[in-house]
Amino acid sequence: MQNERRAAVSSEAKRLEQAFIASGALLIEADSLLSAETLLDLYGEDIRARAYVTHDPVMGERMMRPDFTVPIVERHMSEGAEPARYTYNGPVWRMQDAGSKRATEFLQVGFEVFDRSNPADSDAEVFALFNDILPNTLQIATGDIGLLQSAVAGLKTSERRRTALMRHLWRPVRFQSLMKIFSDPKQGASRADFIDKAVKQNIDDMIKNSGKFIGLRTEVEINSRIVGLISDAKTSPISAEEASVIDAILALKTTAAKALKKLKGLQKVLPNMGHAVSVFELRLEALVKRNVDVEKLPFEGSYGLTSMEYYDGFVFSFSNHEMVVASGGRYDALTTVLGSGRAIPAVGGIIRPDALVDGVT
Amino acid sequence: MLKLGVPSKGRLQNDTFKWFQSRGITLKRTGSDREYTGSIDGVRGIELVLLSAGEIPQELAKGRIHLGVTGTDLIYEKLLLHETQIITVEKMGFGFADLVIAVPNVWIDVNTLHDLDAVAAQFRQTHGFRLRIATKYHNFVRKELREYGVADYQLVDSQGATEGTVANLTAEAIADITSSGATLDANHLKVLSDGVLLRSQASVFASKTANWINLDNTISELCAKMDWKELVL
Repeated sequence: MQNERRAAVSSEAKRLEQAFIASGALLIEADSLLSAETLLDLYGEDIRARAYVTHDPVMGERMMRPDFTVPIVERHMSEGAEPARYTYNGPVWRMQDAGSKRATEFLQVGFEVFDRSNPADSDAEVFALFNDILPNTLQIATGDIGLLQSAVAGLKTSERRRTALMRHLWRPVRFQSLMKIFSDPKQGASRADFIDKAVKQNIDDMIKNSGKFIGLRTEVEINSRIVGLISDAKTSPISAEEASVIDAILALKTTAAKALKKLKGLQKVLPNMGHAVSVFELRLEALVKRNVDVEKLPFEGSYGLTSMEYYDGFVFSFSNHEMVVASGGRYDALTTVLGSGRAIPAVGGIIRPDALVDGVT
Repeated sequence: MLKLGVPSKGRLQNDTFKWFQSRGITLKRTGSDREYTGSIDGVRGIELVLLSAGEIPQELAKGRIHLGVTGTDLIYEKLLLHETQIITVEKMGFGFADLVIAVPNVWIDVNTLHDLDAVAAQFRQTHGFRLRIATKYHNFVRKELREYGVADYQLVDSQGATEGTVANLTAEAIADITSSGATLDANHLKVLSDGVLLRSQASVFASKTANWINLDNTISELCAKMDWKELVL
């Protein structure tokens, strides 16, 4: 039985791989053991609760590939020709939460597009391809992280606060708590005494008088953060009107076509969203050309923000109830990080053949 | 036989022995004082097992001991599924220790996890690597920091003398247990105001996975002595 299931899953994987090849993708292979350092630098300490770590006495920590994104992007950045379409088919390993019954090893078959010419059309190409390949009984979710990014970038507040918000875009609870702090008219009350003291006294003396100096973080760093805190205390709170735009984006749960209308309204308050909204609109047009019904396509403003991925634009998934069968999105920023300065627009997604096989039986 | 696991040495063992003694049960070590064997007087059908406090959680989870004495901190760190594996029978009122996040006193700009997170971003930008937090409680600390939303940090392993890591430049902050705070003070560290992640004390835990069949007489005798209503597993 177990063997039969495996055979069915790998034959389904082969079928998907062939479908991606037929759509112009080059089949490529990737290592299973990846540099732990690269993954830790990208995703932070949290990846340790998601990926299996192995240890080599000489090479140090290696991680069992939790997905193909990093090796594929690295490979493309070092030796890929442009534009490129890739497919891959192989196992990934994911540590699951304690007590979870989710699989820790499963196959992923992916399709990735590295193409500068028309990002909106690349988004539509990937989505439409998945939509055609997958059964039409699945539930679809889509989002666009670029919208929230552009809204945050357009907030009338200090660069310091915009950076702090942007850094926590993928951590919704922390993001909301920062929004609350930054839009509170009585902000900083808890720190008022300290700020007051720091304004009146010599900061370096305050540091000196606080005890023996230890650690790698220098007096200069401490001093500069305090100077930052003093200027932050003078920053006016984010206006209720602007904060409500952020809330409205996060609360958006409608169809893609209706979302566009709503976004155009929000754009009046935060004109900086203009570019992201026009990217959204171009994508809808490209989807229509590829026969996707955007009047019915579900859209959620907060979709894709809880994943640890590096998505920063269009995001989508196809699910069979609780089980995610396929997911993907745009990850332009990741190519910058892994390309040491060079960047290329990139979008792609994966399908889990095991989920398709299990869904049928 | 019902197996009771207690710490194999040190103050935790002495306090455990005294605590059982006060309820009319005598735990004793047998053989030379370096030999890890023991016996019990005052209740029949119980075997004393001397174990490292750090191994007691796993032994409970595996069901190799029925009851065990250890700290809450070790249960939370080592048994990710502790709700389904063990129950807390009684808190013993000693071995108090808080698992805390501490930073240098000279970080006068840092009082909360919110600050720590902001400093982690600044530190990574300045030094090119993620701010290091030394600990031996990797699972628990990572979970707590993820829930709060601290980013740009890394956990570095420290199995002892953790308070010294900051002065030794192998970490910027620590997550460790403290009882009086004296060692933190001596090492020029302060606890963040919201940095107490767990309040721990020595407790008696019961295994949900051990074989409790045919132990009824022993259990009722033990419950009577300990003034436990019953052991509901």
